[in-house]
Amino acid sequence: MASKGTLVSALQTRRKEILGNWLQQLEHASAAAKGRLSAKDVAKQADEFLNVLAATAQAHGTDDIGAAGWQPVRAFLEDLSRQRVLAGFSSDETATFIFSLKRPIFDALRQECAKDADKLANETWAASELVDKLGLHTIKTFQISREEVIGRQQTELLELSTPVVKLWDGILALPMIGTLDSARTQVVMESLLRKIVETESQIAIIDITGVPTVDTLVAQHLLKTVTAIRLMGADCIISGVRPQIAQTIVHLGVDLQGVTTKANLADALALALKRNGVSFTKQ
Amino acid sequence: MQTLSSGEMSVVNEHDIVLSRQAVRRMSQQQGFSLVDQTKMVTAASELARNTVIYGGGGIVKWAMLSDGIKRGLRLTFEDKGPGIANLELAMTDGWSSGKGLGLGLTGTRRLVNEFEIESIVGVGTRVVITRWK
Amino acid sequence: MDRIPILRMGEFLLVTIQVDMQDQLALRLQDDLTNAIEKKGAKGVLVDISALEMIDSFMGRMISDMSGMAKILDAKTVLVGMQPAVAITLVELGLSLPGVATALNVERGMQLLRHAMSESSDDANTIKR
Repeated sequence: MASKGTLVSALQTRRKEILGNWLQQLEHASAAAKGRLSAKDVAKQADEFLNVLAATAQAHGTDDIGAAGWQPVRAFLEDLSRQRVLAGFSSDETATFIFSLKRPIFDALRQECAKDADKLANETWAASELVDKLGLHTIKTFQISREEVIGRQQTELLELSTPVVKLWDGILALPMIGTLDSARTQVVMESLLRKIVETESQIAIIDITGVPTVDTLVAQHLLKTVTAIRLMGADCIISGVRPQIAQTIVHLGVDLQGVTTKANLADALALALKRNGVSFTKQ
Repeated sequence: MQTLSSGEMSVVNEHDIVLSRQAVRRMSQQQGFSLVDQTKMVTAASELARNTVIYGGGGIVKWAMLSDGIKRGLRLTFEDKGPGIANLELAMTDGWSSGKGLGLGLTGTRRLVNEFEIESIVGVGTRVVITRWK
Repeated sequence: MDRIPILRMGEFLLVTIQVDMQDQLALRLQDDLTNAIEKKGAKGVLVDISALEMIDSFMGRMISDMSGMAKILDAKTVLVGMQPAVAITLVELGLSLPGVATALNVERGMQLLRHAMSESSDDANTIKR
């Protein structure tokens, strides 16, 4: 069982040495890869990390990095991962930042343990385990961060692919293109309802010309959207209903609950204008 | 999965329903939920709190704010020592009502959250656990 | 004792619900409202919920009930200003408040009520003839 003392004291008393060594290792591994991070930034991060690592090891020992006391270190690594994800680093480039800390620590331990080979072996093993755990935590949070970023991008894509258009005063149109699943429906509902409030629109036309199939689920999602619009006090017209879709709806026994449907957007707009009391005269 | 903080509140009368709604709103905001997700969680809590008070004869709600480093969540456990629900399957289908309900049973609430667990033993009590992730 | 105020807005009544309502308050409101409709001979009621951040099944039933009671007293109810987050949640919950008219805001709500009233007075005129 390695004494907490040696690693902790090595981190404290030989910190400058370890830092210098580490930065050298990092340069070797070109962690500032392709100019995405300046050498100065890397140095600053390394310095900060060593500080929080040394302080935490001193206060809470090095056995369990999952303990509450190790939260500052974990948080540091999480921030680091997140930054690296956003800067376009790969997971192993990011993990290298931590793993290259091993050599400098081993060197420092060798100094501390002087001639005691047994002690050195134990301490080296303990230090190796510690760095491994920290490295793994970094990789894990890197993955999670990356998934988060992808998730966010997907949501943005969803929003972009369902733009809400103002056709006239009080009339909005939402051309739906592609399948309508529950994730999309949520996004659609939120942006459409928000726009209705913002523009104080009376009528929302949902055009489903671009929706390939309408099965029970899609119909349910559509109805949810229609219901939400009505609850807020606006009305809804569904346009782009092809003959096949009309057949499917009847066969499935879907109750459209009095929602007006039109074959195309033009007809829907004409109806909406009429409902709003707008008429055109030819000059 | 870490529990950032946890606690419990009694859910015994009408006023407690309001208090637990307010607490859930605060915690959802703290966990960074979107406005819609906050509203869903608060509404689910309101439904379950009401069930606890009216059908369960009063009970408690245990809350826990969770985090796995990146993802954050909120877990609520409503417990009572009431009469329990005899036919859980029936209760979980839309359109069930045991009197004062709107015929929605618990399925509506389940749709508002990401994870939903229910345990109920007649004569012993009921426990419902709901979790919402950011 | 807390009471939700009922104001007069022209020929209609306006109820603004702002607080987290408990059962007692809700029942009292139903009582006050039905009395007010009768006393003022109101033909329309506007229920402003733009400040409500949540509606659960209890609230939903209370609103439906109020609308039903008003109808029996020959007054039409319009629910105005529901927040998007609330609408989305209600739909997910499975509540659609059938039989309750809705409008984006108080102004639109009044237009709706006036329109409904003129239609019914048209009917009355037709019958007279």
